[in-house]
Amino acid sequence: MSLISEERTVRAESLQGFAGVEDYWALLKPRVMSLVVFTALVGIVRAPGEIHPVLGFVALFCIAIGAGAAGALNMWWDADIDARMERTRGRPIPAGRIEAGEAMVFGLILSGASVLMLGLLVGWLAGALLAFTIFFYAVIYSMWLKRLTPQNIVIGGAAGALPPVIGWAAVTGNVAIEPLLLFALIFIWTPPHFWALALLKKRDYERAGIPMLPNVAGDGETRRQILLYSLVLAPAGVAPFALGMTGPLYGAAAIALGALFLGFAWQVYRRREGETAERAAKHLFAFSVLYLFLLFAVLLAEGMAR
Amino acid sequence: MNAMTGDKGVMLTDAQKKSRRRRSLAIALVLAFLCVLFYVVTIVKLGPGVMKKTALPEITVIV
Repeated sequence: MSLISEERTVRAESLQGFAGVEDYWALLKPRVMSLVVFTALVGIVRAPGEIHPVLGFVALFCIAIGAGAAGALNMWWDADIDARMERTRGRPIPAGRIEAGEAMVFGLILSGASVLMLGLLVGWLAGALLAFTIFFYAVIYSMWLKRLTPQNIVIGGAAGALPPVIGWAAVTGNVAIEPLLLFALIFIWTPPHFWALALLKKRDYERAGIPMLPNVAGDGETRRQILLYSLVLAPAGVAPFALGMTGPLYGAAAIALGALFLGFAWQVYRRREGETAERAAKHLFAFSVLYLFLLFAVLLAEGMAR
Repeated sequence: MNAMTGDKGVMLTDAQKKSRRRRSLAIALVLAFLCVLFYVVTIVKLGPGVMKKTALPEITVIV
């Protein structure tokens, strides 16, 4: 085989994973991105003062791209773990459709572009917060905490909780108590949400060698922690109303949804064996998504009605 | 699905060509979107005052 044909063979092999547009889209974790956009929108709408609708759109667009970039960097770093887990095996990198290095460059370029655009077009505080969020998710959570400690998602949850603060900062140029309460709400919501999933996917995490709480401390301790976090979450959800920052509709929704959340968490704590235990964890996981969505939807509705 | 090699260099399969075409189209659409976005943002940032002529400052000449 001549040198030229050898080179051609290498090039041809590298083309095996010829990715489609949908693979690059999948790198951005669109489902996570949609939640980020939604909570950031609430931050924008709730903030006092006005932002031109075009600049509001730019802010949301940049936050979405920044979140997607963080997702791409996470997929690049975690490609080895993803390949061992059933839930993530089909992602573009472990499936061989996109090379890991390509995903890294894609993530870095989008990170830089989104932060620069948000800073130049909307405001530098919002841009700096977005940069911090990407850094926190990609470096602090993905590279450092995820494989190190069962508290990974507790601390890493800060990245997912920042979007409403970024949205608020995009409008006002500063940070106030209300967006920090929304930050706290998502931050406290994250552990029971992910631990419910971790109870269901324990074997997957074990195979991948990720020290999730059920794998390290056991199911019993995880159920106890879920209940404890839920006990803090319910009043944290009501706090924006209690401090007079929201209307009675939000207050009623937060009380009712918080009580339901506690009910589901109690079921997870109580039912420890067999199919009923699994069902309880599934219910809590599904309800946790609904809980956050409904609370933020009410905040959005109240903010738009002002 | 693999690309073929030969005297003409790397030969892409039909699926790979289709995939490349779709990627190129996506890049073109993103670029067009960004052009429009930057244009609109520039207009918004300039604001309505851009059309107003500002009066030149009066200059007093002392002889």
